[in-house]
Amino acid sequence: MLGKTAGGLYWMFRFLERSENTARLIEAGFRIALTRSSDPASEWKSVVTTAGVRVGYDAKYDSYTAAHVVDFLLRDLENQSSVMSCIDKARTNARMVRTALTTEVWEAVNESWMALRDVLKQPVKDTELPSVLGEIRRHTALVRGAMHGTMLRNDAFDFTQIGIALERADNTARIIDVKYFTLLPSASFVGSALDNVQWETILRSVSAHRSFRWLNTDDMSPAKIAEFLILDSRFPRSLSFCSRIIEQNLGFIAKDYDQKMPCHDLIERQRDKMRQHTIGTIFEDGLHAFITDFIHDTTVIGRQIEQDYRFIG
Amino acid sequence: MTSKRKHFDEMLLDSDGMRGPYAEYGRWFEQQDPARLIQKSQEAEAFFRRTGITFNVYGEDAAQERLIPFDLIPRIIANREWVKLSKGIEQRVRAINAFLHDIYHRQEILRAGIVPVDLIARNEAYLPQMIGVTPPGGIYTHIVGTDIVRTGENEFFVLEDNARTPSGVSYMLENRETMLQMFPELFSQIKVQPVSDYPKNLRRSLAHCAPAHCEGKPTVAILTPGIHNSAYFEHSFLADQMGVELVEGHDLRVVDGHIAMRTTQGYEVIDVLYRRVDDDYLDPLNFNPDSMLGVPGIMDVYRAGNITIANAPGTGISDDKAIYSYMPDIIEFYTGEKAILKNVETYRCSEPDSLKYVLDNLSDLVVKEVHGSGGYGMLVGPAANKKELADFADKLRARPNNYIAQPTLSLSTVPIFADKGLAPRHVDLRPFALMSPKGMDITAGGLTRVALKDGSLVVNSSQGGGTKDTWVLED
Repeated sequence: MLGKTAGGLYWMFRFLERSENTARLIEAGFRIALTRSSDPASEWKSVVTTAGVRVGYDAKYDSYTAAHVVDFLLRDLENQSSVMSCIDKARTNARMVRTALTTEVWEAVNESWMALRDVLKQPVKDTELPSVLGEIRRHTALVRGAMHGTMLRNDAFDFTQIGIALERADNTARIIDVKYFTLLPSASFVGSALDNVQWETILRSVSAHRSFRWLNTDDMSPAKIAEFLILDSRFPRSLSFCSRIIEQNLGFIAKDYDQKMPCHDLIERQRDKMRQHTIGTIFEDGLHAFITDFIHDTTVIGRQIEQDYRFIG
Repeated sequence: MTSKRKHFDEMLLDSDGMRGPYAEYGRWFEQQDPARLIQKSQEAEAFFRRTGITFNVYGEDAAQERLIPFDLIPRIIANREWVKLSKGIEQRVRAINAFLHDIYHRQEILRAGIVPVDLIARNEAYLPQMIGVTPPGGIYTHIVGTDIVRTGENEFFVLEDNARTPSGVSYMLENRETMLQMFPELFSQIKVQPVSDYPKNLRRSLAHCAPAHCEGKPTVAILTPGIHNSAYFEHSFLADQMGVELVEGHDLRVVDGHIAMRTTQGYEVIDVLYRRVDDDYLDPLNFNPDSMLGVPGIMDVYRAGNITIANAPGTGISDDKAIYSYMPDIIEFYTGEKAILKNVETYRCSEPDSLKYVLDNLSDLVVKEVHGSGGYGMLVGPAANKKELADFADKLRARPNNYIAQPTLSLSTVPIFADKGLAPRHVDLRPFALMSPKGMDITAGGLTRVALKDGSLVVNSSQGGGTKDTWVLED
């Protein structure tokens, strides 16, 4: 397979995943901004920060209002991570790697692009926001479904999985990074209404509010939430789950090509690091430092994969 | 141009009824509910959009992707007509290939005084880098798309020989696929020769042209300028259908005297490169130094015989519009036979007598740039107003060598399915010929382009043309 093709597949699915994550962040932000107890401007600010687009936003707007943030994150093509930018880039990458995709996957991504381009042509009104966000989620799910249902389980597929898992890991880590203070077991807040809203928001922004409750019927504590997001082996957006998917797929490629690359050492090192920790030791060593470290490692792994498999010449 | 002249309609007779090849189709068509056909037509458009069968238009917003409109009335050709056409095309392509070998080697045709020396020596499409180079298998023109027009029952003319990188074959394939999906019953009632083997045949034909020392199954790849190219869809479509890699210049480099592509497991040698990049952009070291689309040093690898480039660099000299007028002589020179397919009468504006005639009769003629393509930069005399004619006359006087002129042909029409029923529109035909040392393969049919505007003669997709499925009937 061409290095460019591997890169195209990887980025196509990273961008699709990012568009979905951004939509989910907006959804969670929208909910919390509606609650009376919250400070909407600061909530929207943390949404923009989590999306990693503070600099661009601050250059364009002076204040954090729902209308501006939603528009910037959904439609603004100057924002490289806006949903529309991501869908555009996912499709551009898909066109580039057209020969490595099944017809079903290509058509799904092309249709998503056509549909969302129409939906996002004009600013989205508050009343339409839920249905627009729902449509974004539906379309990305459609592409993923087409991929799972039709693509050969070969190196091409492995690269898509790595792209998705890396983006997910990065997204979950950034959510924790921005909201880590609400997860610290500081006695004064525990059980307050504010905390409950904050925790709910975190869980919603990774689509985990229901699964978390399923697994932890009575224990809605910050430690439990942090453990779930970082170490749970069943939750598909937890850091350790994503890390395992990356490791697994890099393993498939190594077996397929009969060759181990430097990225394999890096991912194994990350796995070992994760294994050594319990949520207790993470809090002892410092949650924030752990997350910063994880984000850094993930970025380095991503770069190493690009280099090892010659995404660019 | 709008003309009240009566044109030859390939489907409808002057009296009621349909011509022979359309008889069966006509019976089917009369039983159809127009509302259903309109719905089918909309389905086809949605299908094209969804599958991304679009082309980019130069000079418009980069994000602009347009559909080539598809008309659901097929263009039908009788087998006996096709037999003659394909013989004519084969003869022409063989002559062009021989011509190319000759002008890059002994130049017998120039010595014999049949083609003027100046026309070659001063032609930008003539590549000095190709002098003395014999491509693997002796093939220059691996893929040719000959543009043919019709003016009467037995009157076919070649309008252009596209011997560089002819495009449109993906539409030939997708148009048939669409018709099969929309009207499967038609194909069980009427025996139409298939086109779907084209990608397989292309791959095989290219593989036959691999360098002589290539061992095992040759690795074939398609070189595209990238996703912003107007024909990118076709490049990826063909790569997909042929099961070969679609590469860009930056995927390739010279490795140990071969061209190799960057894969996830290192560099892999390519034996045959079907390039959809123009000569000028192929190699920044040998041609345009600013090109980012090509591969530095590929011409050196080529000259050393380590890669096949299809079509060979320098084939543009054979489909130049000035050379075109010599084609009947070229065919006779190399094949010893008269041309089976006629040329359109052509005035070379470089010749003073012809220039005078062209200037005196500008409003009746079509004037084309010698190196132009895609319908750009041409004058359709009968459709032009006084100012346009005067402006063009100035251009002609300033650079006569740059132009040729032809009479406006009364192009045949085939009806399209319009809101108010059948409406005649002008068409042309581009069949695709594949050439290898093992022989010639011409897919029965080709791409029919149709000028959708009433009376228009310009069928180019960049100028509002559409396409039709083209049927060649079984005997």
